[in-house]
Amino acid sequence: MRQLAKAARILIATVREIFDEAAYERFLRRAGLNSSAKAYAAFRAEFEEARTRRPKCC
Amino acid sequence: MNKTISILAWSAVALTGAAAVGVIAVRRGEPINALWLVTAATCCYALGYRFYSKFISAKILALDALRATPAERLENGRDFLVTNKWVVFGHHFAAIAGPGPLVGPVLAAQFGYLPGTLWILAGAIFAGCVQDFVILLFSVRRDGKSLTEMAKEETGVIGGIVAYAAVVAILIILLAVVALVIVNALKDSPWGTFTIAMTVPIALLMGVYLRRIRPGKVLEVSVLGFILVLLAIWGGQWASLNPGVASVFTLRAPTLAILIIIYAFAASALPVWLLLAPRDYLSTFVKLGTIGLLGIGIVALHPTLHMPALTQFVDGTGPIFAGKVFPFAFITIACGAISGFHALISSGTTPKLIARETQTRMVGYGAMMCESAVAVMAIIAACSLQPGVYFAINSPAGIVGQTATAATATISAWGFPVTAADMQALAQSVGEQTLFNRTGGAPAFAVGMARIFSQSLGGETVMAIWYHFAVMFEALFILTVLDAGTRVARFMIQDALGHVYKPLGRTSWYPSILGTSALIVAAWGYFLWQGVKDPLGGINLLWPLFGIANQLLATVSLCVATTIIIKMHRARYAAVTLAPLAWLVAVTFTAAWQKAFDTNPRVGFLAQARALAAGPATSATGRLIFNNRLDAAVTIILVGMVALVLIESARQWIGVVRGTREVTVKETPFVMTRLAEERG
Repeated sequence: MRQLAKAARILIATVREIFDEAAYERFLRRAGLNSSAKAYAAFRAEFEEARTRRPKCC
Repeated sequence: MNKTISILAWSAVALTGAAAVGVIAVRRGEPINALWLVTAATCCYALGYRFYSKFISAKILALDALRATPAERLENGRDFLVTNKWVVFGHHFAAIAGPGPLVGPVLAAQFGYLPGTLWILAGAIFAGCVQDFVILLFSVRRDGKSLTEMAKEETGVIGGIVAYAAVVAILIILLAVVALVIVNALKDSPWGTFTIAMTVPIALLMGVYLRRIRPGKVLEVSVLGFILVLLAIWGGQWASLNPGVASVFTLRAPTLAILIIIYAFAASALPVWLLLAPRDYLSTFVKLGTIGLLGIGIVALHPTLHMPALTQFVDGTGPIFAGKVFPFAFITIACGAISGFHALISSGTTPKLIARETQTRMVGYGAMMCESAVAVMAIIAACSLQPGVYFAINSPAGIVGQTATAATATISAWGFPVTAADMQALAQSVGEQTLFNRTGGAPAFAVGMARIFSQSLGGETVMAIWYHFAVMFEALFILTVLDAGTRVARFMIQDALGHVYKPLGRTSWYPSILGTSALIVAAWGYFLWQGVKDPLGGINLLWPLFGIANQLLATVSLCVATTIIIKMHRARYAAVTLAPLAWLVAVTFTAAWQKAFDTNPRVGFLAQARALAAGPATSATGRLIFNNRLDAAVTIILVGMVALVLIESARQWIGVVRGTREVTVKETPFVMTRLAEERG
């Protein structure tokens, strides 16, 4: 049961990382902000250039 | 005791794998079950990972769990971040898995299931996984440097320039070919076109939701987007049955090509948050879910493979693309076995997230194994179709004939019986007017996938929904590659132009954004237009070009890897990268030579140009001749550049082995990991 719970936690962490939710949380912590439209806009502005430079394979 | 059990267990895996590969290789004249492929793949991957990757880790790379990685040393909470190994694995897999491992194996199935399956298994275990693994580790040991930077440092300036040029060339050809796949899947299909058109407003809505309504709730909005896409698929059926709406969404290939070119230009120039990012999230959500579902569906249904192990087209007379099984099977299947493009990802985001060197084995080698498994699924989906149906969907009208009767007569004469009535019934069952002349692999894969899904869930009555779900899944994938690829290529061009005139390098300067976007879109749009207007469907022209370019990039990355291994004084183990390098050189150089100079007009670009010049002149003749000469020139230039890298690398290897060249490995100096100290 403990193993299953651990697997579920890792799966959720993976999905949150892939979908940048974890990155947004780190950004809020680092910048000392609460989630808001303005904070998300700032996150995207910081994040976008790096992200859109990432190639995606064929 | 444990050791004895381990030996017995691994012996059993080896014997089972050998038996499964034996059945696949030897069985002739009767269909085999897909489970043989699944068993062979599972056992081969298990053995490859347990023994071969461990050998590479221990003997060549000497992975060091005590050495701090850039994620730890340079942690900044953004690019560099110590991350759980499974999370990095998922991230890496999501980046390397695209439409390539789905489309390539479907096209290569024209040779039968055997060549493709063997290449996917052997190519992944001995070449693709090795490349991804070693490049990832070498990048980790160089502060996450990119392939082009490593090529410049380790093999010289020529290596760096060629790697850069190869990446841009591959991106251009790749974008053209994936755009052609989508055009061929959507032409004259109001249902498919409506569904895909709807994904644009859905993505825009997701962008606004993410930015303004529930900031940062990506998973939530992706689920919402997925539900809306399912509604769009359902709405597509209504659109296809309503004559007024259907006429709006029934588009010919040239019209679709123009719309896709306009879309990609807009996506490259628009703010990312509005369209690109939400579509990327939606595509990733659908991609991971569908691949998982397809795997479960194949194991649950274990369909019979109706395609023979080998077809007569191994002699080079194939209708989908011309050329013999060697070398063309090995460039047609790229991403499922080895893809140079992966080296960009292994030296991009991933090395900056790795917590310990020892994890590069699981992430680099392991994720590529999963990609290869996706390619095996694609082979199964294509080969579970009746061969007559497979060839009717994938063969261009220029080869099999313009009418349904002519096409079925030609294909039946090859020994793959199919009737016009069969094809009509199949088209009706998937909600299409026709499935003839749907070159590109995507529709054939969609039919195979819809068969597997509908037989597992919902039966024949929902076959059309599953088919359009599969088309949507592939198109979403491809559009994401298209808009992200256009943007990446734009940045690369801007970086280069910035050295000539500084403002051109500024990614926020609109004249530069518009100019470079237009340049990139025009470049791949030209090749797309060439494919759309090609009388043989375009895939015969563009897919081999893409395969050659992608495998040439793999050649460059294996040159870099071999150079580093030799410089690390591990020359006696250099065969680990040298053997796949030699194979790729043989494959790509032969394919390039044949594509440029073969005297058969269906194979050689220049022979085709000569045949066109000698034949009756039409208004398109001049353009077709120019295009064939251009394709020949592109192929020769690419091969010439990679030959320079090879020569430069070989000089380095010989110099190091003879002791006449100074060995300077550009690794970051060893720093003890803090993570190990903390653990005690």
